[in-house]
Amino acid sequence: MESIRIAEDLEKHFPDSILEIQVHRGQFSAIVAQEFILEMCQFLKEKHKMNHLNCLTGVDNLTRKGKHFERFEVIYQLYSIEHRVGLRLKAQVKDSDNPCIDSITSLWTGADWLEREAFDLLGISFNNHPNLKRVLTPDDWEGHPLQKTYKLKGNTEWSGFTDLKEKFKQLSQFDFQNTHVQEGTQAND
Amino acid sequence: MTETTTLSVPVTQGDEDKYKLRMGPQHPATHGVLRVDLELDGETILDCYPQVGYLHRGFEKLAENRTYAQNLVLTDRLDYMAAMANNVGYCEAVEKLLDINVSERAKFLRVMVCEMARLTSHLLWLATHALDIGAMTVFLYAFRERETLMELFAELCGSRLTNTYTRLGGVRQDVTHEIMMKLDRFVNEFPACIAEYETLIDTNRIWLKRTVGIAPVSAEMGLDLCLTGASLRGSGVDYDVRKHMPYAAYDQLDFEVPLGETGDIYARYRIRMEEMLQSNIILRQCIEKMPPGSIVGDDAPDLIMPTIPQKKVTPDTSAHQGLIKLIDDRNVYMEGDVYVATEVPKGELGFYFVSDSKGKPYRMHIRSPSFIHIGALQTLGKGVMVADLIAIIGTLDVVLGECDR
Amino acid sequence: MQILIILLQIVILLAIVLLHVAYTTYFERKVIGHMQVRLGPMTVGWHGLLQPIADGIKSFFKEDIIPEQADKPLFLLAPVICLVTMLASLAVLPFAKGWVLADINIGLLFIFAMSSLASYGIILAGWASNSKYTFLGGMRSMAQVISYEIPMGMSLIGVMMLSGSLNLTEIVNSQGGSLFSIYLFPQIIGFFVFFVAMLAETNRVPFDLPEAETELVSGYITEYSGMRYAMFFMAEYIGMMVMASIGTVCFLGGWNGPFPIPFFPPFWFILKVYGFLFLFIWIRATLPRYRYDQLMELGWKLLIPLALLNIFLTGLFKAFF
Repeated sequence: MESIRIAEDLEKHFPDSILEIQVHRGQFSAIVAQEFILEMCQFLKEKHKMNHLNCLTGVDNLTRKGKHFERFEVIYQLYSIEHRVGLRLKAQVKDSDNPCIDSITSLWTGADWLEREAFDLLGISFNNHPNLKRVLTPDDWEGHPLQKTYKLKGNTEWSGFTDLKEKFKQLSQFDFQNTHVQEGTQAND
Repeated sequence: MTETTTLSVPVTQGDEDKYKLRMGPQHPATHGVLRVDLELDGETILDCYPQVGYLHRGFEKLAENRTYAQNLVLTDRLDYMAAMANNVGYCEAVEKLLDINVSERAKFLRVMVCEMARLTSHLLWLATHALDIGAMTVFLYAFRERETLMELFAELCGSRLTNTYTRLGGVRQDVTHEIMMKLDRFVNEFPACIAEYETLIDTNRIWLKRTVGIAPVSAEMGLDLCLTGASLRGSGVDYDVRKHMPYAAYDQLDFEVPLGETGDIYARYRIRMEEMLQSNIILRQCIEKMPPGSIVGDDAPDLIMPTIPQKKVTPDTSAHQGLIKLIDDRNVYMEGDVYVATEVPKGELGFYFVSDSKGKPYRMHIRSPSFIHIGALQTLGKGVMVADLIAIIGTLDVVLGECDR
Repeated sequence: MQILIILLQIVILLAIVLLHVAYTTYFERKVIGHMQVRLGPMTVGWHGLLQPIADGIKSFFKEDIIPEQADKPLFLLAPVICLVTMLASLAVLPFAKGWVLADINIGLLFIFAMSSLASYGIILAGWASNSKYTFLGGMRSMAQVISYEIPMGMSLIGVMMLSGSLNLTEIVNSQGGSLFSIYLFPQIIGFFVFFVAMLAETNRVPFDLPEAETELVSGYITEYSGMRYAMFFMAEYIGMMVMASIGTVCFLGGWNGPFPIPFFPPFWFILKVYGFLFLFIWIRATLPRYRYDQLMELGWKLLIPLALLNIFLTGLFKAFF
């Protein structure tokens, strides 16, 4: 079965949730509302044997125009190893201040870290996620780097780095070349 | 210095049955800067929490602020064992997004460097995996062959590790006759080298004891954990991007995808050994079938590096801005998104691009196999022994540059 | 006067043994290097011949770092225990007829006692460093030494039964009557058990779990540096030599050879010990490492039954022939 048939079948089962079916460079994607994303993925996994989750990520649509686009969208790239056919779901997350969508970790355990990454870098929360913590950035990092509002260069250092410098100063008394250490700290400041 | 020496028992208060061990980020067997927080009961692992991010360089954010051509160098720094394969993956994805054609010769050259990169990566995997389990000699034997390939890379593009060999629409340089002759000699000799490694470990009783039946992954479990590459094929799932979504010239080449059954460490070891032989077969075909012609596609010369200095850049703008303008001028950009996967040595490397019709990607997501494999370590590491965990990290074949991006 | 002579003998023996330790490391690096298609040390001296001396000087002048949280007295004591016990066991080894410092009649037991004591050093090192890796290494070592003492002792009971003595010189002398004048053939099972247990006892590959560098960084010696590290290192190599010597004495006929060598009676003994050392090194270059539980399994489920079988068969042999 081709991607378009699967997309149509999906639309038949979830008529209200499918906002649009797009095709770009031969790849099909369905823009969907966020409500039934878990059910949709389950439907695709069970009925159409889309058992491989290629990719799960988020996009910040702040400066991008589109008919159905909300501020955040979550991308699910699914692939059926048996039928050799893929389909992309683009779930639009409604609340732009506090984006939140259902987790699909119950379908794929491997989605755990991918969702954590999306949370870490884009600030999208996932309901029912077993361990929604930052994964790539430190736990006390401020902001979500991949949001379009996040500046390339910040004004202050990360708090952990200042702690580290403090620790370095404390430990420098054990060093046998104190002059060298002082030069080092000055260079860092 | 303190006068009193306290002999504290290294257990956490209130949780006295568990011995907490932070393995890494500086540890000989974690292949980079992976940290695994372990909770041990004797030598058995009760809980295992991998922690990554020590090598996070923000490539995805960086990519949004650089042009498509500039982003190419970032991909070298993903999986630095097989930079060529990443270059190819990136270029394939951008070419799909911008609808650029690649010349036939470039396609074969890409397959060639991809398979060479696969060999270097798998040889390094074999070396370190065997070293992790304690077999020291395989390490240096594998590095001997890897060195030949690295020298070939250096001759081909001037760099051993971070190659940046491909360009949008083609490749940077054509191969010379000498390189082809050297590669031909290597391809002839390589199967004997594989046989040599196998004499060392393949039927070694201790090697079998350490690998057979350890950390078995069933087909369902492998798909559930989103494993790809040899880690998934070891469980018997026939999923190889080269066959499923052929890119470059893979559809014109004849090769097999080795499959395992048991999904344990030994099965994955066998798969990778077989894959190396298959890569060798592909390389032979590349040498034989290499078509003549240009190394660059017809419709993408503007995006190729060598032509940039020839373009007129006004004195007050830097070459960098000139490049952006240059790309903006060509109206190849459309709004839209693509996901293109390629089979790199570690698994399925996917690039998800969103374009908003400007010269830079609106969003670039890298689906890195190592990141997902380390996520799977959390599940696979439970209930095994410390020595097995090391073997599992080795068998998943992770590289932290790719994981952290 | 007598004491002075003994002291002189001790000094000579120590000098020779320590020189051997230094050049065993060189030998090991060269042999493994050539097995691994590389050259090994080449820079210091002709073909790196002065490398062990350079290493010795380096480790002697290196800073001796003691972790702040370590149990200082034990931390300082542990390498000394290891080295001293290993050196002490040299006293009872007969290098040739009459070439023995202390010809006591419980030589074999003495060596066992000393090698058991050496494991104290390892355990204490693991405990006193107050580091997690050393602690795990020390625990592994403790379990390993206890498990492998037993098959090792049992494997030699057959030899004791055949020779009727615990004195090492007596054991060598009594081997004259057996096949090829060595106990290897009547005690082939015992030799197998002894050889495996010997590898485990000296923490060598494939049983180098206490210092498995890919798992426990460096095991019990993780926190040691400089000369104290070198002491553990020396203890390990002296241990290898002592074990090789016991193997030579108990199974290969000691200093007896196909023909006597004039002016240098220990020739055959030394040659056999070198053979053992080469085996140690060859195994290190070839085999992967066992896992902790597999090591225990091998010790308790295979070696001990085999050693018991060997005792039983030797008993039968003694009873009927």
